[in-house]
Amino acid sequence: MDFFELAGRLDWSPLWISLKTGVVATVISFFLGLWAARKVIRKDYKTKSILDGILTLPMVLPPTVAGFFLLLIFSRRRAFGIFLNDTFNIQVVHTWLGCIIAATVIAFPLMYRNARAAFEQIDANLVYAGRTLGMSEIEIFWRIVVPTAGPGIASGTILTFARAMGEYGATSMLAGNIPGKTGTVSQRIAMVIQDGDYVTAGFWVIIVLIIAFFAVFLINIITGRRMKNVRKW
Amino acid sequence: MKKLYADIHKSIGNFVLNVTIESEAARIGILGASGSGKSMTLRSIAGIEDVDRGHIEVNGRVLFDSEEKINLKPQKRSVGYMFQNYALFPTMTVMKNVMAGLKGSSEENRAKAADMLKRMRMDGFEDRLPGELSGGQQQRVALARIMVTEPELILLDEPFSALDGYLRDRMQVEMLEMLDDYAGQVVMVSHSRDELYRFSEDLFVVRKGEILRHGETKSVFRDPVRIEVAKMTGCKNFSDVRIIDNHTIEATDWGITLTLKKEVPEWLGHIGYRAHYFEPVWGEREENCIRFDLVRVDDLPFEKNYYIGPERKVSYNTDMESTGRSHDDLLCWFVQGEEQKIIEKRGLPDYLRLAEENILLLE
Repeated sequence: MDFFELAGRLDWSPLWISLKTGVVATVISFFLGLWAARKVIRKDYKTKSILDGILTLPMVLPPTVAGFFLLLIFSRRRAFGIFLNDTFNIQVVHTWLGCIIAATVIAFPLMYRNARAAFEQIDANLVYAGRTLGMSEIEIFWRIVVPTAGPGIASGTILTFARAMGEYGATSMLAGNIPGKTGTVSQRIAMVIQDGDYVTAGFWVIIVLIIAFFAVFLINIITGRRMKNVRKW
Repeated sequence: MKKLYADIHKSIGNFVLNVTIESEAARIGILGASGSGKSMTLRSIAGIEDVDRGHIEVNGRVLFDSEEKINLKPQKRSVGYMFQNYALFPTMTVMKNVMAGLKGSSEENRAKAADMLKRMRMDGFEDRLPGELSGGQQQRVALARIMVTEPELILLDEPFSALDGYLRDRMQVEMLEMLDDYAGQVVMVSHSRDELYRFSEDLFVVRKGEILRHGETKSVFRDPVRIEVAKMTGCKNFSDVRIIDNHTIEATDWGITLTLKKEVPEWLGHIGYRAHYFEPVWGEREENCIRFDLVRVDDLPFEKNYYIGPERKVSYNTDMESTGRSHDDLLCWFVQGEEQKIIEKRGLPDYLRLAEENILLLE
């Protein structure tokens, strides 16, 4: 069976679901991550350590543990899930929304940590200069801080996207693997392997490899410009 | 009327800042070593450093008052601040940097910024990034960026320390020129007495968070009053003093007696003498002289530094090893140009004379 024949009769929905989930989760993580990073770097050392620990936790925990907590919160048999369902008619468990929430929670720390590291590298005098020149705090953030922290933020964004797209553990618990609805690429690979269909699995693996390589390549291009001046050691 | 008044009290850890700056001069200097609190004072005036207690006022406009709970944001202070590293926004072009402090990007603002860049002789560089400019050019852009917002007060934080020798000298002259048509007051902080002597009309000398001396710059240099101030203004030779009578003192560290025409003040504890001011004497000893007991000569590009042992019964050279005293006690005599030629012709002097008008009377 050749590659194109397989590609032709394949159900492509997992790729679209994964891409859509990745994009939405990245956009949410981007703004949330920048916001959190800006808040955290202004705190004193103690508060900073605690907040940082909490915000990084989802990245360190096994995704199934994160999934467990998410189920605890959003299950339609529990207070908050019932509240969401009854008041806003929002269902999270076994929906695409669940995919987004799971991916966002798992991938957010990557965005937050990269943004924070990039912000901490910024010369505080730039911010002070902006203030003495009469620029508003919002203007300073978007016109000075974010562009200056650009490469760090960009690589954070790409890593976030890659992580969100490939999320498996928490997604399978919260959103399940409903073909055409919540069935992502990662879940499809696990499923077809269970059926012993290594050809389809291999096909998806190649797709994932291409996307992953492209993401890393992109990071290197973006951050590479700055690395030119770094001395080798 | 131009007037700066800043009474600033603040403590961080072990460091305590207690300074009061009050001046109506157009150019104000703050002289101090690193860690003296001089930059902190400047940052407090700009509002980018918190102040515990005090009052800051520019031209009658209150920027900060701890009792009345007034604390304007830096954005509202109309105080321009030039940072040591200029703090140009690295991702913005020169033009965008200069326009950063103007509201919006209207044609009017653009023309204003272009005009200011022209005045700073930076026209033609509008589309460059700060990283592509030399240190001197960056400084001009930083000044343009401040001046275009028409602040009521401009603060310069060690503006020349990032530049190297030749450029530093050039930029000092240039800075004075560029600030010529600025109507407000300018405060410059530096550890360099030369920079401030050239720049400022009023001078404040800071050490360990306190003002040691302030006044008209030339009078601070002429009459430093305190030994620390004299050191910071560049005086190299100091001695403890024993008062013998109303007109006679003994400089105990130098081993000589000095006779003064003016009356010796009661509070006199030390005297200082600047290394350039000794007068060579050949032959007979005159009044207020010290024996020229040469210990060491250093050659500098444009001057010779002679180090002289204080007067003792034994010659300093042999005495130094036996008593274990250090070079700290040596007197410095710095000789330049014409004077050096005379010495080459006549040989080393026998004595050095201290002129009374150059003796610094210190507490």
